[in-house]
Amino acid sequence: MTEPGGSRWIDRSLRGFGFLVYGFLFLPIAVVVIFSFNEGRHVAELTGFSFQWYVEAWTNPFVVKAFRTSISIAAISGVISTVLGTSTAIAMPAVPRPIRRSFDGLVNAAIVVPGIVLGLSLLLFVVSATSWANEWISYFAPNSDIRLGLGFYSVVAGHSVFGTAIVHVIVRTRLASLDASITEASSDLYATPIRTLQRVTLPLLAPAIMAGFLLAFTFSFDDFIIAFFTRGQSQTLPIYLFASIRRGVSPVVNATASTLLVISITLLAVATLIYRRRADRRMETR
Amino acid sequence: MKSSLQEEPTVGGEQSEQPTAPRRAKGTKRLLLAMSAPGVAWYVFFLAAPMVILVIYSLGRRAPNGGYEAAFTLEQYAALPTRWTPFLNTIKLSLAGTVLCLLVAYPMAYFMATRGGRHKTLLLALVVIPFWTSFLIRTYAWVFLLGNRGIPRVLEVFGVNDVRLLNTSFAVLLGIVYNYLPLMVLPIYVSLERVDISLRHASKDLGAGPFRTFLQITLPLSAPGVVSGALLVFVPVLGEYLIPVLLGGGQTYFLGNTLADLFFQSRNWPFGAAVAVAFILLIMVLIAAYMRFARRIVAQGREAPLI
Repeated sequence: MTEPGGSRWIDRSLRGFGFLVYGFLFLPIAVVVIFSFNEGRHVAELTGFSFQWYVEAWTNPFVVKAFRTSISIAAISGVISTVLGTSTAIAMPAVPRPIRRSFDGLVNAAIVVPGIVLGLSLLLFVVSATSWANEWISYFAPNSDIRLGLGFYSVVAGHSVFGTAIVHVIVRTRLASLDASITEASSDLYATPIRTLQRVTLPLLAPAIMAGFLLAFTFSFDDFIIAFFTRGQSQTLPIYLFASIRRGVSPVVNATASTLLVISITLLAVATLIYRRRADRRMETR
Repeated sequence: MKSSLQEEPTVGGEQSEQPTAPRRAKGTKRLLLAMSAPGVAWYVFFLAAPMVILVIYSLGRRAPNGGYEAAFTLEQYAALPTRWTPFLNTIKLSLAGTVLCLLVAYPMAYFMATRGGRHKTLLLALVVIPFWTSFLIRTYAWVFLLGNRGIPRVLEVFGVNDVRLLNTSFAVLLGIVYNYLPLMVLPIYVSLERVDISLRHASKDLGAGPFRTFLQITLPLSAPGVVSGALLVFVPVLGEYLIPVLLGGGQTYFLGNTLADLFFQSRNWPFGAAVAVAFILLIMVLIAAYMRFARRIVAQGREAPLI
């Protein structure tokens, strides 16, 4: 059934408005990308095409180092989030109710509580836990140089808290849509619980797990605020970019930002494709 | 139907009716309990414990050279009124930002749901894609556009001089609408999609004009989408830090800025912790109040078409 015809005037203004909003959403990003290829240093005029800002950005040792750090943090926290999010999503129904309730509460908290509060409470926690640990270290090994503190691993921990919540929610949603008779059939055919998990449940959940991993990875890769509080001395790419932005707009920042945009959009496209295609194939085999 | 792995422990009766099931069910349960342990431990350690520490710090005192000194006092909470301005500012600007988001998002979602035709998936994807790119970069794009060498420079060509766009409340609101629009569009779109099109036809056949149909049928039925969209935008905007720093230039102060200053500049951790605890409580109170208010609106929305 088609839309009941309003006046043409309404129809036109709705369409016009829609396209305006798309322009509003995409133009700012497009401008950043376009000007990253601009030859001149000045922002308001396009003078020619050039890759020089990309070269300048990606030969800068600070950018490269921050990029490596970001990728490692995203990979490690992505894996942790995926393992923990998936295992809890599968296991939660069997867990005693009070624990399950509290865990659900924590998952909601990880999503609802603003990143800034997650970041600063983790900062306080890590600082107090490590200063306590450092006292023990200097007590037992007075000559060692080991000093624990904020840094790479506290950022990983912070990102994995949010990432686990994303993966948990995605996998649980998929699990709820699975046909129960499949796992029942598996156990009726004398598969052990572990085998059912390996051969039936996990393969069926694979697209959701993969999509969850990519989302957690992208979140970590793009995150600024949690890293801002928990990073200690280590530098992620968004942190580096933030510092350069505060120093002023520049074509080099445009080039770095454009590279990051391409990376996260690619990852998301892959996540969507995996999620969609596997789902379609499963429907066909049925 | 629920998967056997998902079976609640209390409804295991169905399982035990099968001949060999009890032993297997027990094995499954043990496996699942073991599987859940690392995740639960992780959250207790890195989410629950930090929250507890936050409360403990908020009861302490600032050490002479910054940081924390153990104490049990409420003096940090007593000092909260000194940060009344950013509290109020945060609430005001978050509300304004949410309302603006709604004003843009509703017609947008309406357009997508009613005029999208075959392209609905594409239209939807186009709204979501920018949302999944880096928040920092999206905000930076506006620093770039609104800065002296951006739009104001273009305006100079047309003879409009001395326009200041960056570092104003306008820029902050623009940043909020730009960054959070998809969170408002999606739920409204979903609820508009669910409105049965034959209702609108019926309304038209009964002689109602397009505006009357919209006000009496479509708008009330899409109320749940508006309600959840507003919440999805409002709560994260409250915790905003990047937008006021980059687009507001320190003129428009959010709680996020206050917290960052207390932690990194004045290193007054106990007071920062108290502000954070008050902030969490504020969010909880606002959400609870909003839910009560929202339930009434949604209930009214369901009844409306019957009148």
